Amino acid sequence: MNPSTMWSVLIATSVLCFAIKLMGHQVPQRWLANPRLQRVNALIPISLLSALVIAQGLVVKTHVVVDHRLAGLAVALTALLARAPFPIVVICAAATSALVYHLH
Amino acid sequence: MTPLNRPTVRDALSVSLTVGAYGVAFGAASVAAGFSVLQSCLFSLLTFTGASQFAAVGVVASGGTALSAVAAATLLGTRNALYGIQMAPLLRVRGARRVASAHLTIDESTGVALSQAPRGTDAMRLGFWLTGAGVFLFWNIFTLLGALGAKALGNPAAWGLDAAVPAAFLGLLWPRLETTFLRMVAAASMVFALLVTPWLPAGLPIITSTFVALVIGWRER
Repeated sequence: MNPSTMWSVLIATSVLCFAIKLMGHQVPQRWLANPRLQRVNALIPISLLSALVIAQGLVVKTHVVVDHRLAGLAVALTALLARAPFPIVVICAAATSALVYHLH
Repeated sequence: MTPLNRPTVRDALSVSLTVGAYGVAFGAASVAAGFSVLQSCLFSLLTFTGASQFAAVGVVASGGTALSAVAAATLLGTRNALYGIQMAPLLRVRGARRVASAHLTIDESTGVALSQAPRGTDAMRLGFWLTGAGVFLFWNIFTLLGALGAKALGNPAAWGLDAAVPAAFLGLLWPRLETTFLRMVAAASMVFALLVTPWLPAGLPIITSTFVALVIGWRER
């Protein structure tokens, strides 16, 4: 991705995310009271974050690839199950992945 | 600080510091994705909604188009509109203060504000502003540290940064999986993303996963 495209990602993301926040403060309360809309809206972060775990942990371009990242992800899952705080989860995942990367 | 608002201040500051520290992971992920240190810091100053920022740099890192990156980030940001709808009648501010309150409307400021309900409206307002401002401060400081750190380290894979990003997404997802139903939605979305990956351009499996949320959320339950 060339530098100007990366700038446009930054600017467009910032403008749209702020516009959404401001919209919430401006619209009348009844507008988004629709239960169906609220149910979908509550599930969207879960679907997107789940897909992002897969896209970042198991995918290279358009291929499913099992590599050192999966070892890191497995350790992250174990740390979360052991109720480790977020920074520990990320550090353990990175350390494991780096170890497997260098052993390979 | 009066004895009355001390618990609210304590809640707000502890959330600000812990959540702000996640900024290290964002700064590192952003630089690993190819953004500069300046761009990484601007993301945290201007976008200021963690999951959306991670999504934008994540899609770029995985080779997705600019449009996919912006769309994923925007879709993740839609929940902030619902937070705003809840916060506006509580805060009752206009003009520049309304713009500031909108920018500070995130998971944590809304969460702390709502959790102060038993302590009254003033505590809720204080919780919102203090948490919003606190997370903003620490999130931006730690983003800079993470970005500078990642830049100094070089090859992201050699330091495990490429695994730190999906681990961060898993860490953001984890506290949301409160019920078996929500865990099933997450599992279905992961399977969906895996299945469509070979057939769609990079980045699109992430956006199309909202289809799972749409289909499941549309039905009454």
